[in-house]
Amino acid sequence: MKRSFGTRTEINDPNQPAIVVKNLHKSFRLPTEQSFGLKQAIFNRLRGIKGYKEQKVLKGLNFEIKQGEFVGIVGRNGSGKSTLLKILAGTYYPEKGNVVVNGDLVPFIELGVGFNPELTGRENVYMNGALLGFSNKEMDAMYDDIWDFAELKEFQDQKLKNYSSGMQVRLAFSIAIRARGDILLLDEVLAVGDAAFQRKCFGYFAELKKEKRTVILVTHSMESVQTFCDRAIMIEDGKIIVDGSPLKVSKKYLESNNRNIKQDNVGEDKTTNYIQASAKSTVTSESVQLSFTIKPKQKLEDFVIAVGINKNDGQQIYRWASDEKIKTPIVFEANQSYKLNLKLANYFPHDKYNVVLLIKSLDRSIDFGDFFNITNFEIISTNPYQSTTHWQIPEEYELQS
Amino acid sequence: MKIPHVLNRKNRILLSELTKTDFKLRYQNSVLGYLWALLRPLMMFAILYVVFAKLLRFGGDIPHYPVYLLCGTTMWSFFTECTSQGIQSIVSRGDLLRKINFPKYIVVVSSTLTAVINMLINLVVVAIFALINGVEPSWNWLLVFPVLIELYLLSLGLAFLLGSINVKFRDITSIWDVIVQALFYAVPIIYPVSMIAGVSDLAAKVILLNPIAQTIQDIRFNLITTETLTTWNYVANPAVIIPPLIVIVVLITGALVFRKKSKYFAEEI
Repeated sequence: MKRSFGTRTEINDPNQPAIVVKNLHKSFRLPTEQSFGLKQAIFNRLRGIKGYKEQKVLKGLNFEIKQGEFVGIVGRNGSGKSTLLKILAGTYYPEKGNVVVNGDLVPFIELGVGFNPELTGRENVYMNGALLGFSNKEMDAMYDDIWDFAELKEFQDQKLKNYSSGMQVRLAFSIAIRARGDILLLDEVLAVGDAAFQRKCFGYFAELKKEKRTVILVTHSMESVQTFCDRAIMIEDGKIIVDGSPLKVSKKYLESNNRNIKQDNVGEDKTTNYIQASAKSTVTSESVQLSFTIKPKQKLEDFVIAVGINKNDGQQIYRWASDEKIKTPIVFEANQSYKLNLKLANYFPHDKYNVVLLIKSLDRSIDFGDFFNITNFEIISTNPYQSTTHWQIPEEYELQS
Repeated sequence: MKIPHVLNRKNRILLSELTKTDFKLRYQNSVLGYLWALLRPLMMFAILYVVFAKLLRFGGDIPHYPVYLLCGTTMWSFFTECTSQGIQSIVSRGDLLRKINFPKYIVVVSSTLTAVINMLINLVVVAIFALINGVEPSWNWLLVFPVLIELYLLSLGLAFLLGSINVKFRDITSIWDVIVQALFYAVPIIYPVSMIAGVSDLAAKVILLNPIAQTIQDIRFNLITTETLTTWNYVANPAVIIPPLIVIVVLITGALVFRKKSKYFAEEI
């Protein structure tokens, strides 16, 4: 039954890095049959069945975290992030390799650990505090502050089961931020709740950064990585694939998330009195390509072609107009097909989008054709460019007959 | 596990808070609350007294037989409560073990401490009962405590051992229930050892080699009447070291198994 050769040591030396991980491996034994029983275990042994299958989760991680560094750990679901976090926190045991934790580590992975719905808020605060290492006396001293911060004072003698989930999270968070460790493990899942609560969480993260505490933040949000982290590590399939600047890691993360997503969307032909038009969109991990086919029924002069990309909630996040981009006048002959190709870098946040094609006279007084939702596309990703307001999409365009 | 860390400040805080929580949870939502903890061995005593002492006329030759019986049921309740709570503690605190890292033995110890508190309070009841029944108080009463520690260590060893196994094989809980039922009759609680000795000398001796029987008899000896047959005065040969030896072996095995298995509790619960 000997299966652990890994070690996790705790030291206390201000001259050493905060965390050193060397060649860390971890695998789990997943029961193939229901083996939570003596009977099954005996049967398996008799039949020579192992009764489990080995799943490798971490495959040799190496990294160091310096004192005072704010490091983000990113990776898609199932990449091994949580397992790594649990090994750092000491709840899971390393299978192979060494982990050295220097100083007092406070895991902030889950809120409200040990919360019991049958106990009152007051009792839960003391229990939760004890898990963070605070004695009753210390808890007495900070008791009022905790309730003030959570804004729940009037509920302190109610049983926890009568709290809403949001209230429980607020209470747990208010206790958790009292923890004074040298190294903090944070999971951004914490920052759930309403906008006001999220602001409090992010305010706390910012404060930690200002205090130069050693923090490991696990997150899916590249915005947080870029806002708070000095460095980031991306894990995929149990291995570190990038370890570097937040921007570098964000880009890699975006690529990885967009991989294998190529969609083609051909819109229907639409017709107005003046124009027949159709559009096609192609999304890859690098770009969004829109190609429009425009066929006027009569000769068009002094006109403008405008393209808009809207989120499905109506917010416009990109627009292109021919009179701003193409200086020479355009003339379209009757009954001839023209193609407009627009290639945009795929900086689009995860969402659904629709495309609008508008063809108007130069002074915008005559509508030759309003083609709403001429095509649409969907971006499935979590990319580093969360905000839709502060960036310009690199674009290429081409107009051909 | 370095000894200085075993009960450092942080672990002490956690131990006391977990014990308090266990205690509160167990007795809330019941009208009589904590009184139940005291009433359980008393009720058990009342039933056994009516059936065995009044109807079947057991223990006729034993002085203070009711106190004798009450003392037995109290100790027996302590042993069963301690072991059954201890065995289940790891699984029932799984949520905590999965999420944070702390010395895992705290979970087991805290769950047995509730039983210790109950037993100590019950012991006061037994003492009062003894005085009412005309037992003379003596310095011998103090000797009860080392014996209680022996009984506690046995329960703790079993809790560590069986609790660790119970994580993977939940059958242990049910199996232990059956064993406890059988043990109840193997330990001289309702019947006096003298009754067995009258039939078979060897059987009585074998019964007294059980550390539970040994401790209960020793407590009765010190607390109630020196006429009690104990391992020491009845077996009276080198075999007397067998019961404490069993306790030591169980405790060490339990601790070793627990230490080895506890690394994987978080993954396996």
